[in-house]
Amino acid sequence: MLSFAIYLSFAGALIEALLPRRNAALARTFALLVAVAGLAIAVAGFFAGAGQGLVVITDMPWVASMGIRYTLAADGISRVLVLLTGLAAVAGVLFSWNIEHRTNEFFAFYFALIGGVYGVFLSYDLFLLFVFYEIAIVPKYFLIAIWGSTRREYGAMKLALYSFVGSAMVLIGLLAAYATSGSHSTGLVALAHAGLPLSFQMWAFPLVFVGFGILAGLWPFHTWAPTGHVAAPTAASMLLAGVVMKLGAYGCLRVAIGLFPHGLDPWGFSYFGIGSWRDVFALLAVIGIVYGALVALAQTDFKFVIGYSSVSHMGFVLLGLVTLNQIGVDGAVLQMFSHGVIAGLLFAIVGRIVYDRTHTRQFADLEHMHLSKRLPFAAWAFVVAGMASMGLPGFSGFIAELQVLIGAWLTRPIWTAGAGIGIVVGVAYTWRALQKAFFSDLPPAQHIHDHAHALAPITWPEIAGVSLLGAATLLVGVYPRILLDQIEPAVKALLAGGLQ
Amino acid sequence: MNYADLFRATLPETTLEIAALLVLVVDLAFLRKAAQSVRNTSAAFLGILGCAAAAWFVPLERVSLDGPDGSALLGAGGFTACAQLGILALTVLCLALLIDSLFTRHVGEFVAVMLMSAAGGLIIAAAQDLIVIFIGLELLSLGLYILTAFAKKSAKSAEAAIKYYLFGGMSAAFLLFGFSYLYGIFGTTSVLGITGALSEGGATPALLFVALVMIAAGLGFKVAAVPFHLWAPDTYEGAPAPAAAFIASVSKVASFALLLTLSTHWLLPLGPLSGPRETLGARVADDIRTWMPWATILIILAAVSMALGNLAALAQTSVRRLLAYSAIAHAGYILLGVAFWPGPAFYVAGGFPSRALFLRSTNAVLYYILTYALTTIGAFGVVGVVERATGSDKLDSFLGLHKRNPVLAAVLLVLFLSLAGIPPLVGFWAKFNLFAAVLAVGAGPVPFTLVALAVAFSAVSLYYYLQVLKRAYVMPAADESPIRTHPVTTIVLVLIAAAVVILGCFPSLLGDWIQSFYR
Repeated sequence: MLSFAIYLSFAGALIEALLPRRNAALARTFALLVAVAGLAIAVAGFFAGAGQGLVVITDMPWVASMGIRYTLAADGISRVLVLLTGLAAVAGVLFSWNIEHRTNEFFAFYFALIGGVYGVFLSYDLFLLFVFYEIAIVPKYFLIAIWGSTRREYGAMKLALYSFVGSAMVLIGLLAAYATSGSHSTGLVALAHAGLPLSFQMWAFPLVFVGFGILAGLWPFHTWAPTGHVAAPTAASMLLAGVVMKLGAYGCLRVAIGLFPHGLDPWGFSYFGIGSWRDVFALLAVIGIVYGALVALAQTDFKFVIGYSSVSHMGFVLLGLVTLNQIGVDGAVLQMFSHGVIAGLLFAIVGRIVYDRTHTRQFADLEHMHLSKRLPFAAWAFVVAGMASMGLPGFSGFIAELQVLIGAWLTRPIWTAGAGIGIVVGVAYTWRALQKAFFSDLPPAQHIHDHAHALAPITWPEIAGVSLLGAATLLVGVYPRILLDQIEPAVKALLAGGLQ
Repeated sequence: MNYADLFRATLPETTLEIAALLVLVVDLAFLRKAAQSVRNTSAAFLGILGCAAAAWFVPLERVSLDGPDGSALLGAGGFTACAQLGILALTVLCLALLIDSLFTRHVGEFVAVMLMSAAGGLIIAAAQDLIVIFIGLELLSLGLYILTAFAKKSAKSAEAAIKYYLFGGMSAAFLLFGFSYLYGIFGTTSVLGITGALSEGGATPALLFVALVMIAAGLGFKVAAVPFHLWAPDTYEGAPAPAAAFIASVSKVASFALLLTLSTHWLLPLGPLSGPRETLGARVADDIRTWMPWATILIILAAVSMALGNLAALAQTSVRRLLAYSAIAHAGYILLGVAFWPGPAFYVAGGFPSRALFLRSTNAVLYYILTYALTTIGAFGVVGVVERATGSDKLDSFLGLHKRNPVLAAVLLVLFLSLAGIPPLVGFWAKFNLFAAVLAVGAGPVPFTLVALAVAFSAVSLYYYLQVLKRAYVMPAADESPIRTHPVTTIVLVLIAAAVVILGCFPSLLGDWIQSFYR
């Protein structure tokens, strides 16, 4: 049933492309309909799959001569991420309610992207997964380049090329695995059981992990993320941070770790305590956490703060993945969901609620605007989102990052120490952003004061979107079992080496 | 051989020539006073009918037309038939795009020359003898020079034709020189005869190597492989759009079919591989010594073409030149597939050549070249329309295309993304199939590095394809007046784009069709 989320999104994209150009209201109403239907399917599939493990949805030959099959299946990890995609898609449409320029085209690209994302999370054939993964790249370019803001063409092209370079690395790994396995199949299960030689896994693993890691914001390949997020229109930043970065992390888990687990084995020698790819990537993840947080602390542009915070938070996901123990990987998957929701909320507040009204994101300007009084809704929404982002108990980020830290501690305590620094700085940059953007008491500047009355009231789609995402992070924070019950068995199966 | 056999074997070519004459007669005798659009339509329509009739006569069973000494002159069936049908289908598309062209009033002559060139392409695809190969190549090439020069009012067209002609003449001389060495060494012009003589041993490797390099130069020119590519950008830029589309598609398919013939025979020793194992081993060792140079030459051409084609395309401001450099890059990918042909290396690895593997490589190369040709015809179709509306093929003439003609912009989007190798479009599948075949043939660091290089360069290629799409979709345009297209052009372009999408989603459709020629 979950597969209909894919088809529905692509059909939605096609229909949006054919809708009349002038009727923006029709385009966005239809978009909301498609997104809500997708979310409904995701929710239904999520609950229907509870306690079921891996469910094969569709399995039929696609290119028989090459042994490529059209296999869609979902385990707990997939179902959680599909649910996240559904949430992000609905929220994205709600926060795109004010797009008047080429509205139907916007949603056409939007749903092509969403369809690709659903497809990646549900693919159980490496070739198919790659196809969906690449489908998601091109719409991102157009969404940013056409509807974006600051240096949009630069940001869009940088993002497209980084993504494409990453996917080229994945493609090389895919071709090599296919040729080396000799199993005449690209199925994830068949490849995992093909018994790929250790020497092959040793170089295929880093290749594919970095290939996917680029999209997950792996330091030092993260530089597309802040520029891309800042350049993107609100809905696209929400999707980028919310689900597209998860594509990368999901690929790292499902493909790199799932297919080449022995690539993580020790090399047999070590320099400066680094003795395996696992250490290398853990180090990069910790650097990403700390570096992202420190850079976020120094930004003058509100949106760049959120952009760099995404790099920092995605570092937790990558760190959790390479712990390779149950609790650490559980935490990583939960963090994918949590960050998807929270980053979506933050970008929505910065991009849609604040920027579209104030037309500036510079703290130097926002400090004089007293937004806590003039946009109390935005201020309170940001307080909630900021607390979630800092990882306060009661929000989803807390339980996710806690699990990652415990997992890291069990493997190498030093990793936890590094990541802990990131959390502390995370509190600092969030408070700083909150204070400067909303609660500053500097006197109003004259030139800004002139436009003071111009702030438009908050509209219902914004309230709906904030409520949706805020409720999701609160619900998971208060009752994480709802997701963990599905994540844990799936992670267990994956770590046991049985992709089944 | 008697004349009845000859007639039967060359029936498709003969049909095309008759159709060419018919087009001339109808156009010059009856339609001289008619409106240009009527003349265009009638000439294109007759040409399409001629292609359809020729396709009907393409022999599907494996037979060969033998010369007086019993050696084969023309082959049929197998990939020959597939390539021939492909050539005819692509010619039909080029003719259909001609209907609303305005670069010449002498459309009858244009169509006639195009059909004759296509006949040359059919001969090349089937040729099994050096002399026949040369005749076919010249028949094709002479036609292409004329087609390039056909826009008489355009100085660029004349310049392109002269350049093309000079380079072409030179490369034909190289080719002939190489052929003459082969004849001198082996005393036969038959491709099969040469293979046979070779497996008996006694060739002088140095002379043979010279001959192979010369032949590679001649064929490298035809497929626009670096360093024999210099004609391509100018010709693609100067030739009238239908002629450029024809050069980029039909001529490429024919030349690659010829390369397949040569590689098949020159990398695969002929005859049943029976007999004691030691003899086989000795024979294999001989093969590697003698024929590996052919593969090595192709590998070098492939690597250099991929690199230079993709890098040079980054700097282009003319979309036609961009397509030319991208064609060079694509030729590099395909040459990689031809270079890693299931040849002698296989016998060492597996003991016996695998028919399945041979079929897979053939399938991959044919799949690539046919779908690439289809895509590139569509691309030239769009460029042709934009050029007519804006008077230039510069990148900036594509500004605002999504507003000026949404259908055209959508077609461009699909075709260029397919050329860049984005799934689920056919270009991605073609690449995957080809690279997988290369890795299946050659498992080792060299083929792997080359494939990695090819994949890396296709990532580079996305940048320049996006440069065009960026102008069509993203950047604001000063002029937003609609661009009108002839309904036939629109239909043909939409059909091509649809084929690119459908074949990409269901790659087996074309793959099974190609495979069906081997049953």
